[in-house]
Amino acid sequence: MKYILMMTGKKSDFEGYAKWSKQDLQANVAFMRAFSKELKDSGAFVSTEGLGWPSEAKLVRAGKNGEPVTDGVFPESKEFLAGYWIIDVDSPEQAYKIAARASQAPGLGGKPANMPIEVRPVLGSHADLGL
Amino acid sequence: MKYILLMSGTRAGVDTYHAWSAEDIEAHMAVLQGIQKELTKTGEFVATQGLAEPAEAKVVRGEKNGLPVTDGIFPESKEFLLGYWIVDVATPERAYALAGRISAAPGPAGAPTNMPIEVRQFATYQPTSPSTDVEKCNVGSD
Amino acid sequence: MAEPTCDIPIEHRLRELAPQVLGVIARRFGDFALAEDAVQEALIAAFTQWPREGVPGNPRGWLIQVACRRMTDQARSDIARREREAAVAREAATITPTVDIESDMDPDDTLILLFMCCHPALSPSSAIALTLRAVGGLTTAEIANAFLVPEATMAQRISRAKQGIQNSGVRFRLPSVEERAQRLPAVLHVLYLIFNEGYASSIGDRLQRLDLAREAIRLTRNTKVLLPDSPEVAGLLALMLLTDARRTTRTGPDEELIPLDKQDRTLWDRAEISEGIELLTAALSKGSVDLYQLQAAIAAVHDEAVRAEDTDWPQILALYELLRRVSPSPMVTLNHAIAAAMVHGPAQGLELLKALDTDPRLAGHYRLDAVRAHLLERIGDYEAAIKHYRIAAARTTSIPERNYLMTHAARLAGH
Repeated sequence: MKYILMMTGKKSDFEGYAKWSKQDLQANVAFMRAFSKELKDSGAFVSTEGLGWPSEAKLVRAGKNGEPVTDGVFPESKEFLAGYWIIDVDSPEQAYKIAARASQAPGLGGKPANMPIEVRPVLGSHADLGL
Repeated sequence: MKYILLMSGTRAGVDTYHAWSAEDIEAHMAVLQGIQKELTKTGEFVATQGLAEPAEAKVVRGEKNGLPVTDGIFPESKEFLLGYWIVDVATPERAYALAGRISAAPGPAGAPTNMPIEVRQFATYQPTSPSTDVEKCNVGSD
Repeated sequence: MAEPTCDIPIEHRLRELAPQVLGVIARRFGDFALAEDAVQEALIAAFTQWPREGVPGNPRGWLIQVACRRMTDQARSDIARREREAAVAREAATITPTVDIESDMDPDDTLILLFMCCHPALSPSSAIALTLRAVGGLTTAEIANAFLVPEATMAQRISRAKQGIQNSGVRFRLPSVEERAQRLPAVLHVLYLIFNEGYASSIGDRLQRLDLAREAIRLTRNTKVLLPDSPEVAGLLALMLLTDARRTTRTGPDEELIPLDKQDRTLWDRAEISEGIELLTAALSKGSVDLYQLQAAIAAVHDEAVRAEDTDWPQILALYELLRRVSPSPMVTLNHAIAAAMVHGPAQGLELLKALDTDPRLAGHYRLDAVRAHLLERIGDYEAAIKHYRIAAARTTSIPERNYLMTHAARLAGH
């Protein structure tokens, strides 16, 4: 069963992250690398992606005459997707376990950040783009 | 350049969608499937995925006593990711144009949903392009 | 009859043979698009059969036979569907694969293919995809994997590229000397783009995915064999080798970015550097000076410095000044500013950056902030430097780059 594990943050969270100490940044980066490797070794790994920064995000709506209406204005409270893992596991419990591990990536002072990781089942085909 | 086009909605929004007629849902899906076919032909399609109902969403925050700390309670206002497209395009403008078309997919009575689509570029593991590498000389002290 | 075991892996042999076979088939049947498909199928057949049954005594002949058979099968199924075309199909159906076809092979065939696939009418991504398949002999799956897109998507890019060639009316013949001179930049550009794509950092990735940088070097070497007197091709090959020489030192054990001045130069590939310099010297002696030769010359100056502090920056500055005239671009201006800063001091560099603030091509580009940050750091304005490092970090889509910029800012900020 495929699950997506999502890491999100508000603009202020990203800005905060950019100001971490060198050690904290390096510890976090090292953890993420090791975590991806663990996932690959366990066979649960499907894919992972990191996204560009919120300052680069755009919101697009259909406009008149087929021209998209694009802007980069979001409320301060908006949660931006920072990155995700897609995993393939046998049960939701396994997915939550893996999410818990991701959640413990080190944060300030090198301590587990326990950041919230949202876990969602991924559907099969595009036909299931069931909103 | 790879972009992800994110479609999100609140639980209320999702409930509204479930109230669409079967014909409206089919018409909507047909347009999206048409876009996917077209993007495969243009060589821009990478992936599209739907996610399960917000009701099945969980948030995990660390571990306690060796077990994940899980809950499924979210504020009413929470925007859930419902699905996404990943495209590989030559310019950001092309990504926005594609998002605009997806946003224009029809809803009830054939009117465009005008759903807002968040467009984000993928980060990559390429360190940098070699042509810029040569002069990236940061002579700082360590 | 199988050949004795050979050192060259099967897939490398197939890649070398592919354009030769395609040349013969395209020339014989006059339909490049179909020929290209037929040769792909022959390659896939070889991939499956040769490891089991051994490499045939005449590998090229074998591929030609199989591709021919595919072409005539295709022609026969066309008869079934369109009887009007019976005359054409009949003619195609009577071609029996013999050694005669092989003697049709023209040494210029690969060159013809290269010019066709790198046609300026094609978008860069189509040209790259088609060149890798038709000239590089790579499979669609390999190319798709290298670019991290689904195979169906890559197959479509290649189909569209072939359609683009058909629409442009380009025929399977060698362009005239004047046409070649005009079209060569497009060829060089495609090869250079492939090389740039090749810098995937993750070691794990590299083991599983095709090494596009190596592919680009191979294709450029082959191009040089076909155009031995071209200083432009030699210059491009030199640039690739002089850049590739540093590849193992650009990222550290944790995939972190290592800037040029911190790289362990003892690990640079001296053989590639020597070859690059030799090629470059020969190219420059022909009197021409194009953007690849100039970039190669700059790379050579860096590669020749035993330590970072030995770098001949005045030489580099002079080369950038030349590059600004030969091939001006915002990136060149940026790099020129860095070189100027190294020779005349960071204030001078910052002054030169001002001209770029209003250039729309650089608006929002992370490198402008990254370079500015570096120069601000050098004049001691740490607060402004940190600010610009962080802006650059937010704007770059390269994760190693982002980590590097944020960590550097953190260091400056005193932690």
